[in-house]
Amino acid sequence: MSVEAETNSPSHAASHTSSHASSHGGFAERAHVALNDKPLRANFRRAMDGLMVKRAAQFPDAADLQALRSLGAAIKERALARLPNLLEQLEARCAENGIKVHWAETTEEANRIVLGIFQDHGVKTVVKGKSMVSEEMHLNAFLGKHGIEAIESDLGEYIIQLAGEMPSHIVMPCIHKNKGQIGALFAKHIEGQGYTEDVDELTAAARKVLRDRFAQADAGISGVNFAVAETGTLVLVENEGNGRLSTTLPPLHVAVMGIEKLVETLDDIPPLLALLPRSATGQPITTYVNMITSPRRDGEKDGPREVHLVLLDNGRTRVYADLELRETLRCIRCGACMNHCPVYARVGGHTYDAVYPGPIGKILTPQIAGLDVAGDLPHASSLCNACVEVCPVKIPIADILVRLRREAVRPSPSKAGSGAVKGGGGGWTLSEASAWMGWKWLHANPTLYRLGTRVLALAGNLIPASLPPLKAWTTVRAKPKFAAKTLHQLARERGYDDV
Amino acid sequence: MSAMSKPATVPAERPKTVYYFGTCLVDLFYPNAGMAGMELLRREGLRVVFPQGQTCCGQPARNCGFFEEAREVARAQFDAFPEPWPIVVPSGSCAGMMRVHYPQLFADQPDRDKAEAFAARVFELSWFLVHVLDLKLTDKGEPVTVTWHASCHSMREMGVTDEPKRLLRSLSNVTLVENPRERECCGFGGTFSVRQPEVSAAMVSDKIDALRSTGATEMITGDCGCLMNISGAMEKAGTPMTGRHLAEFLLERG
Repeated sequence: MSVEAETNSPSHAASHTSSHASSHGGFAERAHVALNDKPLRANFRRAMDGLMVKRAAQFPDAADLQALRSLGAAIKERALARLPNLLEQLEARCAENGIKVHWAETTEEANRIVLGIFQDHGVKTVVKGKSMVSEEMHLNAFLGKHGIEAIESDLGEYIIQLAGEMPSHIVMPCIHKNKGQIGALFAKHIEGQGYTEDVDELTAAARKVLRDRFAQADAGISGVNFAVAETGTLVLVENEGNGRLSTTLPPLHVAVMGIEKLVETLDDIPPLLALLPRSATGQPITTYVNMITSPRRDGEKDGPREVHLVLLDNGRTRVYADLELRETLRCIRCGACMNHCPVYARVGGHTYDAVYPGPIGKILTPQIAGLDVAGDLPHASSLCNACVEVCPVKIPIADILVRLRREAVRPSPSKAGSGAVKGGGGGWTLSEASAWMGWKWLHANPTLYRLGTRVLALAGNLIPASLPPLKAWTTVRAKPKFAAKTLHQLARERGYDDV
Repeated sequence: MSAMSKPATVPAERPKTVYYFGTCLVDLFYPNAGMAGMELLRREGLRVVFPQGQTCCGQPARNCGFFEEAREVARAQFDAFPEPWPIVVPSGSCAGMMRVHYPQLFADQPDRDKAEAFAARVFELSWFLVHVLDLKLTDKGEPVTVTWHASCHSMREMGVTDEPKRLLRSLSNVTLVENPRERECCGFGGTFSVRQPEVSAAMVSDKIDALRSTGATEMITGDCGCLMNISGAMEKAGTPMTGRHLAEFLLERG
């Protein structure tokens, strides 16, 4: 991705307001900070508007799009149905091709595995292609603690690494920043670089730094977009060539991947490639599509001498165990759900205080981190279904949000006996449960309902606006007015049959 | 599990009798909108039955994760609407709850068949007027410029696309101006509006800006949740624009 594509116009360049939402408090508190950050809101709004237009232009035919989405969903569903077998097949194929496969149940294990490989090879510096799984692992910080320097080589990731921030979007990690903010960051951190908002100059400055890093790196790290079980192929899409350099130039390549990124056959790849970049950035295809099947073979002049693949679980097996929640694992990480989310567009990625923001983050994060930790995320949605409408693999995000709201108040049992979702049940409060009990009592009894609504028609307008739900409502809205007569009364008066 | 829209199918024969499910929000806050929908149906020669035993679709509890409570209330609706007549609903959101989510909610329940049969009978009002009744309108009103607010659930659960706008455009003195952000949520979202009040407020403020940019004097919508949110915010902000339910507008003009 170029700076042009990824950042915002210079109109807000003068403002260098911090876009970092506080990591304290809940979603509402962090949203408060973000909503009052005008440049941040403008950056996101403009960027998301542009991405929606670009995606729509890539799918001019509604029927074609629906057919392709159904195919994409079916491919991922089929792969997930056979996931345990396919993982074994992938491991066997990789072994035949000379790629060493490692299994990690937790991010700690994954970090230890990567560190072990690097220590065996005396690695001191690493270049990284963009990888959300490595963000999940907080791999850079871990390696740093052990004396290994990892440099992000994706431009967006490089920028936020300089800023010491988390990605605010899974595809465009520094989308929250504008050119002015990036110019200031480069002037501060890159030796000999003065302040500029010129995109070409900024890109050239990063390129110059990164070129040297590629040449010097002892190892490269990458993510994996799709792994093909049939052939043992690792597919990696990117726009800057940094992914290809990270995986071919250094003598050692370590790929990290979530276990759900598997597909069955090579034939499954073209439809997914037809969906991913078009849904993500509105590109017909990415500039680079890398297909990695082995280390350098005898007689080949380039490529790493050794390739390792680390397969990370990190709670995915638990998600997998529940057939409804399993649909979360179809995700191909395109980010279309966040690009189209009216909540994300207003508060930005940092408000979610998680590796994966936006709608997919709202269903993934509570399942990985636990509802006790991230229980407010499933409620940070109006259930508008905009994400569901665009998801290229048809993940029923809104239904899963509601399912997680349920798991928070009434956890469903699981085979392991610990509930379907980590940390479930903690959202139950006596006051809310009592309120719904009363609500049910009133609405499941028509006579009581008619009596209650008549009382409200007569006296409902006397309820003070200072009452908690009304208080929140009336901050920007007038108090709702109860009508003098209910529809039940009017229907009867005007002679509408009851049966 | 199906998540996306489940558009209705046109019955083989034009029904003689329909049920009307008014919704709890309309019952308490917008009974005139509810009544207008009934009058429109009656005017087309249908017998409209309004069961006095109806209450709420159960969506508030379902959306908060209280499925048992939602089911109990849904069962009360099964009892109130026993005949096999179509159930017409002046709300895409409540209709979506009954059409899309009842089958999910009852998937593992003994009365699953009942829920599915009920769901199959649910129609959103504007869709029913266009596709089942082929409603023709003659405009009796003064020239006016209006804009349409589409509700998320009517679009994305009930498969209502341009039906309401077709009805508005069929009125000769009505100029319909498209809202540039028609497909974006107004920020209501039921309990979302009070659980995330600031995000919801930001969404409805932006919605008002988009609606005002059309230059229309009135916003027409088919969902009273959105209506309460948007017109409430317009009133509080002193915006010189009002909101009204489609049924009320159509009945008055056509």
